Amino acid sequence: MVDLSTTYLGLKLKNPLVASASPLSEKVETVKELEAAGISAIVMYSLFEEQIIHESLELDHFLFYGTEISAEIDSFYPQSGKYTLKADAYVEQLMKIKQAVKIPVIGSLNGVSSGGWTKYAKKIEQAGADALELNLYFLPTNPNQTATQIEDNYITLVHDIRSSINIPLAVKLSPFFTSIPNIAKRLVEAGANGLVLFNRFYQPDFDLEALEVVPNLILSTSNELRLPLRWIAILYGQIKADLALTTGIHTAEDVVKTTMAGASVAMTASLLLDQGINRIPVLLADLEKWMTVHEYESIQQMRGSLSQKSTAEPAAFERANYMKVLNSFKSMP
Amino acid sequence: MERQKVTIDGNEATASVAHRTNEICAIYPITPSSNMGEFADDWSSIKRKNIWGTVPLVVEMQSEGGASGAVHGALQSGALTTTFTASQGLLLMIPNMYKIAGELTSTVFHVSARTVATHALSIFGDHSDVMAVRQTGWAMLPSGSVQEAHDMALIAQAATLEARVPFLHFFDGFRTSHEIAKIEQLTDDDLRTMIDDELVNAHRARALSPNHPVLRGSAQNPDVFFQARETINPFYAKVPGIVQKAMDKFAKMTGRAYHLFDYIGAPDAERVIIIMASGGETAEATVRNLVEKGEKVGVVRVRLYRPFDTTAFLKSLPKSVKFIAVLDRTKEPGASGEPLYLDVTSTLFENGYQGIKVVGGRYGLSSKEFTPAMVKAVLDELKKATPKNHFVVGINEDVTHSSLDYDLNFSVEYPETVRCLFFGLGSDGTVGANKNSIKIIGEETNNNAQGYFYYDSKKAGTLTVSHLRFGPKPIQAPYLITPNTANFVACHQFNFLERFDFTKFAQPGAVFLVNSLYGPEEIWDKLPQEVQKDIIEKKLKFYTINAYDVAEKTGMGSRVNTIMQTCFFAISGILPRDEAIEQIKKAIKKTYGKRGEAVVMKNYAAVDQTLVNLHEVKVPAKVTSTFTRRPPVAAEAPEFVRNVLGPMIAFEGDTVPVSAMPLDGTFPTGTTKWEKRNIALEIPVWESDLCIQCGKCVFVCPHAVIRHKVFDKKFLEKAPATFKMMDSKFKEFPGMAYSVQVAPEDCTGCTLCVEACPAKDKTNPARKAINMALQPPLRESEAINWEFFLSLPEIDRTAINLGTIKNSQLLQPLFEFSGACAGCGETPYVKLLTQLFGDRSIIANATGCSSIYGGNLPTTPYTFNKEGRGPAWSNSLFEDNAEFGLGFRLTLDKQLEYASDILPTFVNELGQDLVDSLLKADQTTDLGIKQQRERVDVLKGKLARSKNSQARNLAAVADAFVKKAVWIVGGDGWAYDIGYGGLDHVLSTGRNVNLLVLDTEVYSNTGGQASKSTPRGAVARFAASGKGLAKKDLGLMAIAYGYVYVARVAMGYSDQHTLKAFLEAESYNGPSIIIAYSHCISHGYDMSKGLEQQKLAVQSGLWPLYRFDPRLAADDKNPLQIDCKEPTVSVEQYMYNETRFRMLTQSDEARAETLLKLSGEDAKSRWSFYSQLAAMHYGKSAEQK
Repeated sequence: MVDLSTTYLGLKLKNPLVASASPLSEKVETVKELEAAGISAIVMYSLFEEQIIHESLELDHFLFYGTEISAEIDSFYPQSGKYTLKADAYVEQLMKIKQAVKIPVIGSLNGVSSGGWTKYAKKIEQAGADALELNLYFLPTNPNQTATQIEDNYITLVHDIRSSINIPLAVKLSPFFTSIPNIAKRLVEAGANGLVLFNRFYQPDFDLEALEVVPNLILSTSNELRLPLRWIAILYGQIKADLALTTGIHTAEDVVKTTMAGASVAMTASLLLDQGINRIPVLLADLEKWMTVHEYESIQQMRGSLSQKSTAEPAAFERANYMKVLNSFKSMP
Repeated sequence: MERQKVTIDGNEATASVAHRTNEICAIYPITPSSNMGEFADDWSSIKRKNIWGTVPLVVEMQSEGGASGAVHGALQSGALTTTFTASQGLLLMIPNMYKIAGELTSTVFHVSARTVATHALSIFGDHSDVMAVRQTGWAMLPSGSVQEAHDMALIAQAATLEARVPFLHFFDGFRTSHEIAKIEQLTDDDLRTMIDDELVNAHRARALSPNHPVLRGSAQNPDVFFQARETINPFYAKVPGIVQKAMDKFAKMTGRAYHLFDYIGAPDAERVIIIMASGGETAEATVRNLVEKGEKVGVVRVRLYRPFDTTAFLKSLPKSVKFIAVLDRTKEPGASGEPLYLDVTSTLFENGYQGIKVVGGRYGLSSKEFTPAMVKAVLDELKKATPKNHFVVGINEDVTHSSLDYDLNFSVEYPETVRCLFFGLGSDGTVGANKNSIKIIGEETNNNAQGYFYYDSKKAGTLTVSHLRFGPKPIQAPYLITPNTANFVACHQFNFLERFDFTKFAQPGAVFLVNSLYGPEEIWDKLPQEVQKDIIEKKLKFYTINAYDVAEKTGMGSRVNTIMQTCFFAISGILPRDEAIEQIKKAIKKTYGKRGEAVVMKNYAAVDQTLVNLHEVKVPAKVTSTFTRRPPVAAEAPEFVRNVLGPMIAFEGDTVPVSAMPLDGTFPTGTTKWEKRNIALEIPVWESDLCIQCGKCVFVCPHAVIRHKVFDKKFLEKAPATFKMMDSKFKEFPGMAYSVQVAPEDCTGCTLCVEACPAKDKTNPARKAINMALQPPLRESEAINWEFFLSLPEIDRTAINLGTIKNSQLLQPLFEFSGACAGCGETPYVKLLTQLFGDRSIIANATGCSSIYGGNLPTTPYTFNKEGRGPAWSNSLFEDNAEFGLGFRLTLDKQLEYASDILPTFVNELGQDLVDSLLKADQTTDLGIKQQRERVDVLKGKLARSKNSQARNLAAVADAFVKKAVWIVGGDGWAYDIGYGGLDHVLSTGRNVNLLVLDTEVYSNTGGQASKSTPRGAVARFAASGKGLAKKDLGLMAIAYGYVYVARVAMGYSDQHTLKAFLEAESYNGPSIIIAYSHCISHGYDMSKGLEQQKLAVQSGLWPLYRFDPRLAADDKNPLQIDCKEPTVSVEQYMYNETRFRMLTQSDEARAETLLKLSGEDAKSRWSFYSQLAAMHYGKSAEQK
């Protein structure tokens, strides 16, 4: 019997498979199904900074819109109603989920700037979250804004949130940094207990008929595993934080690779959205089978075994590896 | 329990008692009483309980008639039941009121008294409605102030239970109903003290029940009906005593003493006014002032009007009285006097008081101001040897000279009272902020406080006026702040200064605050001469702030409310500045806290930024401005427009004399074009290099301000320098010129045209063939271009195929520049109707938004073409519109029949050819109609030469030979609810009428109450918990007749389909109904996205498009054609773009989820049902099957 257990952000987990932030956590029933299927922890769907601020402003705008336009109309809607903003509903939902399942529940905040919205970190903690994942998702479009400014903002934000809560804090990053090891180190110094690599930037598409830009969502594939895999492998052992890999987890082999790179957990959403929750027990069984066949006793045993620090060939993660790939491409018939 | 001081309006004060002392409220919206029903529904939706610990059941009915029926039934089965209404609504309740009184049933109806429509509708207040029910046997208890409305609501409820006589509690609509005042709120314990549960249970015990079966409501005959009718007398005799007993008990409890008739004035008064409701407040304040000055005057305030207790009345009069003026707020043409006057005179006569001279007078119709000056004029009139009888006061009645003159400068207000006026732009939040200010002053200081809010009649670019009074002395002033009396005048919208006179209200030394883009150094030169003169002469303290800039920088957008409110507190010094700021922030937290932290924070930021941006302006010694205020209409406008409509536009309508007004409510059309309102900040600009000449921008424009024309190039010789044109791409008009032109001063800036424009610049798709640009730099040149454009010849409608959008939009709109909301979803349909058929249409318009933007003075948007033809338009009522329109058809049909009958008798004079061609004319095309018009002209010419009286009769009806279109237009409140019975009947008659239902899925005009068209899941007034059931399928019900043409359209999904439906409906020689999706500001999304949202409505399956044409069945084809694709987007994608749906997710997520799911099922099942209907075989093909 192999030992699948792992530790992430100080949380003891029964296996390394964690449900990453997705609409699956919007319903308590689905989370219960995830737990029953064997998932070891869930990251709640994200509460966005924009959502917190804009929802409030938008509600205000439309409740105001069309008011005071004639003697007969002071406003179109009942005014005595109580509004549960999505942000507050999020906190309530987290509470409900915590009551419904035994597995750890990690709250998720998505934003980039310091400000009033960050008080939701505390609210999430108070609602019973076992940890908080902060998703840094910022697209710079202003040519005058420097990388340093942006990174400094991130650090300030992590620091602010760290100082407002006592539960573990993970930071989810994008791969678009000039020096990922440096920002990783700075984030950990600012208070991150874990790093999650990487978030996916949903790329817009063009509607050629309407000549318009349209949003587009494509689920990840196993091929996308390799980017975070490399960086997990590089960071493992270099920074004092747990690592989580998200993006591209679709098979037991993917989980194995993730662990060998040095991650404490493998997070997936695309797999579950695409193939359903019943894929979890199959994947876990496959994982157990793979480990048995390959004579691994525990997850702990394989963790970091192919990280840059541990591998026999550290250069494989560096520029030399790039050369090797190019050469192999040229040599193809 | 300690009583709280609250600052609320009369509707809330009344509803607060009614909701707590009833079990059922059956309601229906009607201004100005709707708010009472809304409060009741809101409170029940949040489970607020009555004094017996249960949440009252609030049910919206289909009409006031229906509401009164439901109330009657609920009362008869033992529930404590009430309703709220006004005006026509109250009149619809009359039959049930007789029944309820005849059956000695305890209930109170609360009425915000409103003018009954006569020559015109008016939403404002007088007693014509309540006086129209005084014969029904109901006790009538008027109240004159917000506190009284609160108190009398309870006294009425207590009294009705004991008396078994139903009570009508009423107060003045659009005065007491909407006046905000600081009052002492009655506690639940107070209510329990006044309401005797034994009497409540006695009411229940009288209920119909199978456990003690009785029959109530028999049919009686001449033998006993009369006797039975007289059995009730003892009950009426007891009412005054019961009411006084309740008033005494109430006085003991609260210290506020009321009597059946309250006399105020000198004990030795010789001249006395008798009056009721809010006018009594003014009279009381005036009398007190005059008595202090030594005048022997007094006023009797009537508290219990019915039953009229003659003994109590006579007792209330001082023995010294010699002259009495009875003032009625109603008019009864042909009567020997108005109701209260007749009561007083008959009482005095019956009791032998023959030495007193009594006169009657009318005041305050339709909320006409009634001021202390008018009270004094009445009392002064009584000094005369022969005072005028049946006089009017408050207007200049210069026809029979019945009016009294009054001194405009007379005032009785306490010098300690502060009066403030705020002129704002509708939707800039001024009114809301002032409501907050008055609450702050009322609740956080020891001052008495009063707020009243006035709006002009437009829904885009509205002017709002907030009247605030506060001070240590009681405020008995139910009238607007008068000229030269305001301590503080604020103009929140700078460009209003060039249109209206605000400084005339300022008293010498007052504060004048202006929101302006200009700084303290520049603003002086931007003011019209008149404003500068007033500032200098009245020595006004002049302040300015660029609130637009502060609002922009603090995320407030166009809302300057919080900023201007802060200025007011900062300058007025009503509270120490720091305390004022703290209170404003407290009010912000209270008002906006529920909407989230971000909203609160941006308002706080606006407050903080205000003080540093507020500047006092150093006022120069001389007038330096180079311009004057703009005249309300251009000098070249017709005389009537200049002399009558002009003053109304300039808010000087009170000065228009009786002699200037049309006799019978008839007004000229085509007058909106004279009212250049310049309300758009940005207007569309045409880019001819990209234009494909599709006409879509013209089609969707709600205000007919963007038009296109094809014209001969020779006209370009006189074109202004900046006039744009291009070569025509119309295949019918090769070699001609084409232009798109915008009316810069009439545009509202809604941007629907830009949204509709399909032509994009290939290298910069953000640039379209229509783009928005700032109006001010374009105003002058585009106004010249617009005038030139109008001078270009209109298209010959007989020369084009009207079946395409681009061609149809070449037709002149005969509906333009209405007062509808910017981006209105209804008006493009109305405009299309007038383009296609306007020159031969007669329109019956149900009361609602379309009758307000269609017919609310001062100006009228329906207009006429160069031949002088255009829509003839009329509004009868809300409930009878279909029948009203059918009446038009009946006349046209009858006159055609009559004309056709007698025409052949003139064959010798007219010739056989003319007679035959008139009778057999083909009028299916515009050319055919044109030719028939020419024949009728020939006919009239020939008949004019005849001396035969029958010839004159024929000439009088000869126009009936020309085909007319009857259009019956209204909203869903009319079509689905109150007017449905009539609509259904009119369809059933088979007559050739066209019904256009402008379906906004809500009662838009009265403030968004739910109708049966409101879709499942939408939150609306009267459906605060979200509408639980699916929308009624009106189209399907009409289809069931088989011989009705039915179309369901949404121009945002397919303009071509809409056009086709209009053409088919009109061409069908039978009843037609078009149900048109009309996006609306009440739906809660950006109106510029209205077309997109219409598209989603169709794509989601919630608004399937179809046409049902009975003519197809004659060809053995299925008459139903579905004109859209199977649903392709989720209902969620459509619904959750709109606040009305999304709001429920925030108030009750589980219910929202359930209703969303059910809405999805609605869409699917409807599609399935229609698909099956459309697949059925008809006629021979069905037989073959």
